[in-house]
Amino acid sequence: MEAVQSSVDMMWMMVGAILVFFMHAGFAMVEAGFTRSKNTVNILMKNLLTLSIGALLYFIAGFAIMFGPSAFGLIGTEGFALLGREDIGFFVFQAVFAATCATIISGAVAERMKLSSYLVLVIAMTGVIYPIVGHWVWGGGWLSELGFIDFAGSTVVHLTGAVGALIAAWLIGPRIGKYNNKIVNVIPGHSIPLGTLGVLILWLGWFGFNGASTLAADTELVPMIIANTLLAASAAVVSTAIYTKFRYKRMDASLTLNGALSGLVGITAGGANVSLIGSIVIGLIAGVIMTESIRFLDVKARIDDPVGAISVHGVGGIWGTLAVGLFDTTNGTLYGGGFEILGVQAVGIIAVIAWTSLTVGGSLMAIRLFNPLRVSKVEETMGLDYSEHGTAAYEMQDVLKGATPPRSGDFAERLTQLGKSVQTR
Amino acid sequence: MKMKKIEAIIRPDVFPEVRRALALEGIDGLSVTEIAGCGRQEGRTGLFRGNAYEMEFSAKLKLEMVVEERLVEPIVEAILEYASTGEVGDGKIFILPLDEAIRIRTKERGAIAVY
Repeated sequence: MEAVQSSVDMMWMMVGAILVFFMHAGFAMVEAGFTRSKNTVNILMKNLLTLSIGALLYFIAGFAIMFGPSAFGLIGTEGFALLGREDIGFFVFQAVFAATCATIISGAVAERMKLSSYLVLVIAMTGVIYPIVGHWVWGGGWLSELGFIDFAGSTVVHLTGAVGALIAAWLIGPRIGKYNNKIVNVIPGHSIPLGTLGVLILWLGWFGFNGASTLAADTELVPMIIANTLLAASAAVVSTAIYTKFRYKRMDASLTLNGALSGLVGITAGGANVSLIGSIVIGLIAGVIMTESIRFLDVKARIDDPVGAISVHGVGGIWGTLAVGLFDTTNGTLYGGGFEILGVQAVGIIAVIAWTSLTVGGSLMAIRLFNPLRVSKVEETMGLDYSEHGTAAYEMQDVLKGATPPRSGDFAERLTQLGKSVQTR
Repeated sequence: MKMKKIEAIIRPDVFPEVRRALALEGIDGLSVTEIAGCGRQEGRTGLFRGNAYEMEFSAKLKLEMVVEERLVEPIVEAILEYASTGEVGDGKIFILPLDEAIRIRTKERGAIAVY
């Protein structure tokens, strides 16, 4: 019976890992859809490479720093390259989380950050910066000793990624044409269908992200968490839709899509601690504050975040983490438990913001000494697809823009040969 | 009143500024088409699955507008000012005579149909 139980537990954790892996398809589609078509190949490559570099770095260093024996509650010290560890299933589950944290940044710096500099940041993020936060909260570090509650990572994964995104977006500056003197220009994304597909894929993946964070196929907890995840995201979609209808006269599609994600981030910390009603309230509030946060960053702070990553993951993450203090069914403020959890949650949030902004800021400053953080003006105008990869996601007309013979010989002859590849390397 | 048709082929990235300049010249209507063309500008070398290939045609925008003859020069000046980068590939402006303009809704003919 015990063997069966541990087999089912492992199976559930692996299903969860696979679902979280699939979230990267969601991130890729959201980020591609919310940006312009000339940068699509680039954003897809950033997502694919983030996942892959993340898995490797987390194997080499991240997992040891996060879950190795603790030194002073600050950092794990053993298990590099999984030496001496047998919990490989747990490693897989945690590795896809690490990549999720790093990929949040790619959306906020989309359409302008140089691929090489971004990838160095991913190495720092998945190898060191995120694992240290993870150690504090999940690896037996000082925040977990304090009683900080972050069930599946509103703070650990999402806030950490969002603070990285904020610092990076702020340091590299807005896209060309986003702000002209007093005017805030709109740069619409190129595909709402892709964005919608991405959001729904993320939502699906989130059932694994939250649901499998139990690390066991618990018959009471898992259905509860998945129900909370479903209800919080649904509530956030509804509240964002209604709120934008009042705020902007019409229901804003891309904000409502962000709304789903804000609800999901919001319930990630408290998925195992709040009631079904609690999760709905958390979702309703998440959608509204996310919408206002996007407005604030875009117009007041003038930080250009093409996909809304900072508001969804950062503001949503802070809200979700604080919400545990309010809605925890045993000790939350609203259940008569006072302000103790709320205070600890706030300490954790501040610590993570401070650590992440310092380390990400420092990393970017260091990278800048060797390599520019953003592409040149010419490359940005041309689009990163061509300047970084020499190709395009969509050819305007394949026949016209596709392969043609080299520029020699008769013009009429060249026209008749359009579409044939000639040059090989 | 004599009318002319102006066709301008420009770089896509200068369009926002050209558009603003045209508005200041009093143009309230124009048609814009995404086009691909070739001329003196070198094609770009693309890369697909390890193979380099020539992209002979460059993406441009074609602006078309019908105006009174006296407005042609100021409009040309405005386009030249904002569309010229000095690099090969800035595009062309063509000015064509126009026989008639008709507003379909009101059946008006002549210059009144385009204002």
